[in-house]
Amino acid sequence: MANPRNAYGETLVKLGEKYPNLVVLDADLSKSTKTIMFAKKYPERFFEMGIAEANMISTAAGLASCGKIPFASTFAVFATGRVYDQIRIDLAYSQANVKIFATHGGISVGKDGASHQMIEDIALMRVLPNMTVLAPSDATQTGKIVELMATNKGPMYARIGRANAPIIYDKDYIESVKLGKGMIVEDGSDVTIIACGTMVDPAIDARKTLFKQGINAQVIDMHTIKPLDEKLVIKCARETGAIITAEEHSIIGGLGGAIAETLAENSHPVRFRRMGIKDRFCESGEPKDLLEKYGLNEKHIVKNVKDLLKN
Amino acid sequence: MEHYDRKIIDRLDLMAVNIRKHVIEMLYRAKSGHPGGSLSAVDMIVALYFAHMNHNPKNPNDPDRDRFILSKGHAAPALYAVLAESGYFSVDELKNLREINCMLQGHPVCSYVPGIEASTGSLGHGLSFANGVALAGKLDEKTYNAYVMLGDGETDEGQVWEAAAAASHYKLDNLTAFIDRNFLQIDGNTEEVMRLESVRDRWSSFGWHVTEIDGHNMKQILGALNEADNHKRQPSVIILNTVKGKGVSFMENNVDFHGVPPNEMEYNMAMEELDLMQKKLEG
Repeated sequence: MANPRNAYGETLVKLGEKYPNLVVLDADLSKSTKTIMFAKKYPERFFEMGIAEANMISTAAGLASCGKIPFASTFAVFATGRVYDQIRIDLAYSQANVKIFATHGGISVGKDGASHQMIEDIALMRVLPNMTVLAPSDATQTGKIVELMATNKGPMYARIGRANAPIIYDKDYIESVKLGKGMIVEDGSDVTIIACGTMVDPAIDARKTLFKQGINAQVIDMHTIKPLDEKLVIKCARETGAIITAEEHSIIGGLGGAIAETLAENSHPVRFRRMGIKDRFCESGEPKDLLEKYGLNEKHIVKNVKDLLKN
Repeated sequence: MEHYDRKIIDRLDLMAVNIRKHVIEMLYRAKSGHPGGSLSAVDMIVALYFAHMNHNPKNPNDPDRDRFILSKGHAAPALYAVLAESGYFSVDELKNLREINCMLQGHPVCSYVPGIEASTGSLGHGLSFANGVALAGKLDEKTYNAYVMLGDGETDEGQVWEAAAAASHYKLDNLTAFIDRNFLQIDGNTEEVMRLESVRDRWSSFGWHVTEIDGHNMKQILGALNEADNHKRQPSVIILNTVKGKGVSFMENNVDFHGVPPNEMEYNMAMEELDLMQKKLEG
């Protein structure tokens, strides 16, 4: 197990040495987002903006206009919905080289409740022209994605969860990660599970369970939701004939929405199901209880795959 | 008050009339846009580009340039006209304001137009953006200044006060904000829509160095800019007491001309007035 948030903080420190124009902004949550690691190492390049997210985003755009590579961090709920207009005009419309890195995405935030459980951020960011949208799945991939955000131009949004997460990838394997290219984690022929972020690990577990029951599932880690790897999605549809998407996000407008759009326009008929939060707010509780109640764990993936293949 | 060469002041006053003529012409052609707030902002923008800022139209991305951010993006015609007259692009291009397939959008876009620093049009963002520019300048030990113009009504926006606090916290003395204090916003008098007074006390209590001048007096404008540049350890704000619609008698202090362009008769009357003013200044 490792915490992707720590991977974020550690990678920022590493990149800070290599790129003197990298700067970091936070809105009074640096201990939670782990930008504090960068703040300690490079205090002159860290800007504490207080509880003022709108100002943080537009300030980041100003810094980027002078050649800086700003990473702006806070919880996913404050990093998107609260500052939508600032992101829309100052980052997306302006094609500013600003990276928003959000933590505490999804319902596994837990006991803080629905006010802090961001399940619309991917949809909100995905609809913005020029915006790249990312959801890394483990600590290793998080580090690599942060590096790719720093070295590729343009406005980008990435979200991770709050909790510790199992390590899926080793360092050598992860070097091949490219923005906009989905990763085939497990090959299979009967069905494809396309997951992002925190749902990739349960998808891998679900594959093992299904395999024992005679179902050979392919697992895709779709860390880049936009631009979507449409070729891979269509290929999976043609080869396995059944697709399930899994994300800790609303079923509307996120990974599942994006893939549904692609399949509807480009594919042969395919059996298809989205797993995510079903257009509702959730509640306080232990993360594992919430994921069980709202249908986002290994057990639910297994059940959904079997239901889908039955039809 | 410092001494300024009369010739410089005369030249700036004449350019301001020229820019006002462009603004009226552009809005009349486009049949949409914002005359009132464009005309009230003209004199400060003219002073910045023709007498104060370090900028080079032939090298708009010079890392050492001073930056001007028009946070009240609806005054774009005034800035476009100044950029064109400065040589950032052809004066001819002004004819295409708000036309399809043209770069001069209704509100400024930094990725389309040389010389535009920030995309604006949604109010309240510009001061934060300018803070970012000023922070980068401090970090890189550059000597450039960041200038940003806000509408008075724009300061209803909460983000302005987030940014005001941050600029003061980070002691951004390389940043100067202008408040185009014309007392009018779309729904009426600023004090009736959402009280702003005392504007001076508000900014002062946020830790800003405040000066207040006649925003149509070039001598006062240049004096206040120099004072702001030289003031240390605090950001500066210059409250520009202005007249909405300045320079066209029937548009002055008339809220109906916030976002409505002149019709043919109004256009002719306005141009006649401005031509007269131009002749008078040319002596």
